[in-house]
Amino acid sequence: MAETIGFYTLSVLILGLAVLVVTAKNTVHSILFLVMNFLCVAVLYVVLQAEFLAVIQVLVYAGGIVVLYLIVVMLVNLKGEAEAHQDPRRLSVIGLALAGAVLLELAGILVYSSGSDAAVPSSEAVASPVQGNVEELGWLLYTDYLIPFEVASVLLLVAMIGAILLARREV
Amino acid sequence: MTTAPSPMFDTDELVINMGPQHPSTHGVLRLVLKLDGEKVKDVDVVMGYVHRGIEKLSENRDWTQIILLTDRMDYVAAATNNLGYCETVEKLMEIEVPRRARYIRTILAELQRIASHCLWLGTHAMDIGAMTVFLYAFRERELILDLFEEYCGARLTYNSMRVGGLPLDIPTGWDEKVRAFCDVMEAKVPEYEELLTNNRIWLERTRGIGVISAEDAIGLGLCGPPLRGSAVYRDVRKDEPYAAYDEFDFEVPLGTRGDTYDRYLIRLEEFRQSIRIIRQALDGLPEGPVMGKVPRLLKPKAGETYHAIESPKGELGYFIVSDGRATNPYRFRVRPPSFCNLQGLRPLVIGHLVADVVALIGTIDVVLGEVDR
Amino acid sequence: MIDTIVIPLLKIAVLVNGVLVAVTFTVLMERKVIAWAQSRLGPMRVGPYGILQAIVDPIKLILKEDITPAKADKWMFTLAPILSLVPALVVFAVVPFGGDELFYVTDINVGLLFIIAVTSIGVYGIILAGWASNSKYPLLASLRASAQLISYEIAVTMTLVSVILTAGTLSMIGIVEAQQEAGFWFFFVQPVAFVLVLIGGLAETNRAPFDMPEAEQELTGGFHTEYSGMRFSMFFLAEYANMLVISAVVVVLFWGGWLRPFPNVAALSFLDFIPSWVWFFGKMFGFLYLFIWIRATLPRYRYDQLMRLGWKILIPIAIGNIVVTAVVKVLL
Repeated sequence: MAETIGFYTLSVLILGLAVLVVTAKNTVHSILFLVMNFLCVAVLYVVLQAEFLAVIQVLVYAGGIVVLYLIVVMLVNLKGEAEAHQDPRRLSVIGLALAGAVLLELAGILVYSSGSDAAVPSSEAVASPVQGNVEELGWLLYTDYLIPFEVASVLLLVAMIGAILLARREV
Repeated sequence: MTTAPSPMFDTDELVINMGPQHPSTHGVLRLVLKLDGEKVKDVDVVMGYVHRGIEKLSENRDWTQIILLTDRMDYVAAATNNLGYCETVEKLMEIEVPRRARYIRTILAELQRIASHCLWLGTHAMDIGAMTVFLYAFRERELILDLFEEYCGARLTYNSMRVGGLPLDIPTGWDEKVRAFCDVMEAKVPEYEELLTNNRIWLERTRGIGVISAEDAIGLGLCGPPLRGSAVYRDVRKDEPYAAYDEFDFEVPLGTRGDTYDRYLIRLEEFRQSIRIIRQALDGLPEGPVMGKVPRLLKPKAGETYHAIESPKGELGYFIVSDGRATNPYRFRVRPPSFCNLQGLRPLVIGHLVADVVALIGTIDVVLGEVDR
Repeated sequence: MIDTIVIPLLKIAVLVNGVLVAVTFTVLMERKVIAWAQSRLGPMRVGPYGILQAIVDPIKLILKEDITPAKADKWMFTLAPILSLVPALVVFAVVPFGGDELFYVTDINVGLLFIIAVTSIGVYGIILAGWASNSKYPLLASLRASAQLISYEIAVTMTLVSVILTAGTLSMIGIVEAQQEAGFWFFFVQPVAFVLVLIGGLAETNRAPFDMPEAEQELTGGFHTEYSGMRFSMFFLAEYANMLVISAVVVVLFWGGWLRPFPNVAALSFLDFIPSWVWFFGKMFGFLYLFIWIRATLPRYRYDQLMRLGWKILIPIAIGNIVVTAVVKVLL
């Protein structure tokens, strides 16, 4: 019961903050709402007893990436208030189409996963010989999901090298 | 934080006003810094916030009253200011100063040099973040102020010399106290060095920072330690001896690279040389009067003269014109070392980071009272 | 009900107040220790040897006028100090001050990560303070601060990985227990990591010689230039609370937490009469003293040198340390 109340309260908060992120006039305020949004998502993870994910969510997203957003915003636009777009409705058709596509996709996933019972990959969880959140995650990452994990690391490495190349002053 | 110079981003330069109220511009110096990230692209040095018109004022004071005004120029080295002025007037009037007076003047001037360097070391180290050195240096400066207080009653603006000699002989036992102070100071200089000289952070903050070549230093008219840091041998005490410096044995330390670290080493060495001079002066202190034969009314004959001494900050010169009729100078002009050294700030600062700016203000050792006069 | 809500709440209340009081006394300690290092006396007027200065200082700050600059972003300007202080206090929830259950609020199995994550939120306080002040010096300082905190966070986190490898757990209590089982403090197996965490900790708490963000000689006080009164004192409290956090973390990770020296050497068991929390606070006090001592001794690094130290020296060493630890762990 308490869990359900918690879930819905958090969902309302998360969605509300997400709306505020888009509607806030001041970029810095918007980023701050984003941080709060991420924190609420972290709490959601805690409710789902995924403490490790919650902590990583805070550490990586709230504590790392958004800080970089904030720095960029402060560097690029020091004057504060963002100037209004020339024509807010210019891109609204494409935006609407994109939103519709995402909605369709989500609905599809929902229908698909509710149809099959294998929404939770319980077989792997049973197979892992270790206890605890972190250990289990580590076990899965280095056994069943080793290749996706390594591919993701290589992708990040490429991105990092690319960023360094772009940011270098003198070649 | 640096940004890539990409056409996508607007890379405005940031203009920052450092001073006149800023904790490390050593008074009311104002620097208008144009920054690219934290790198200084250009700087405007603005001064004049403590201009009191001392030079003009002096043209309406009689010759003895001006001594009091010279105290207020470099207020952390009042005794050398007095000395420079008195010697200039003596040169103008061709007054012979008794030997004992010249010896005591030398002692006072060198004590003043140590006090001024203590203040410099303390604030310079403080600017770079080493705050303990600040209090250590002030602790020793306090001892010098006590000595001055005992000699002339004042602790900052001494008014301690007169045209033709000194107003007072030294108090009984004062020379022993000065000797004791020399021993203390000699023991304390290694203490500063221990905290700074081989400190990695200090080395990184000062070595290679604010390098100026000998040619540029001469071209900018630098004087004193900033000039000697660039390996230019110029010390008025040696080149044109005044007071009793020709009778003492001392060395003029020179730098090799012309950076902040060299200027730091030079001033630390000057502590030792000053102690050496004071000891020699105390050993050979002659007996006799401290005041020469001076007319009651000072009224130099018409003429002009320039005389320079080596103040703690550099070459302090006075140019005085007398018309021979009035009891005040017709024209009074000071060549203040701080003002001339401040010319070096802009070329030193450009290309360095904001954090280095404070270190560089420190290294040229300006006193704004003297810059603005 | 009592076990799940009342007792934790009581513990939290005691902890928060305890930390805040400890912070005020840390400030006093800093003033006193630095004064002694500089051949001064430090505060002497309020109470015997100035002890009551610890109470008078915060009262003074609270009573002072709280100014909001006209051009500042009012909400952000108020939020920034809160964002700075709250994470610093929250972290203490997982710090075990003693062996007994009485001495910690909770033990979660990702305790160490929790500390890293929550402290990383504290950056927002500094960035927003600089931005919301709408003033140039604070802005420069907050850019410095955020870059510094992010870089050193990476170095510290990297270093902590090797400690986690040694301990085999992320729980703060688990780490201490691992040291009890091993029979030695982890300092003796991870001295490199200890030094790295200490340096990184100094940098993350903006302590000398890494106090660039608030370098008063350069940036006139840094990100809190425009702050006064209560809001300034919150930054102040946060800084010192972070200092306590770093000391506590270092004690837990490397110096055996509440354990006595050489916990498995029976010859030293006569030391057992000393309660566990005394060991803990004693060690913490030692590190606080070390931090203050460093501040009194060293000049300040320059910003670019600091970044170089972080990225080119600390992070490679930390990664090397992870590799060595992992290899040794596999071989043993």
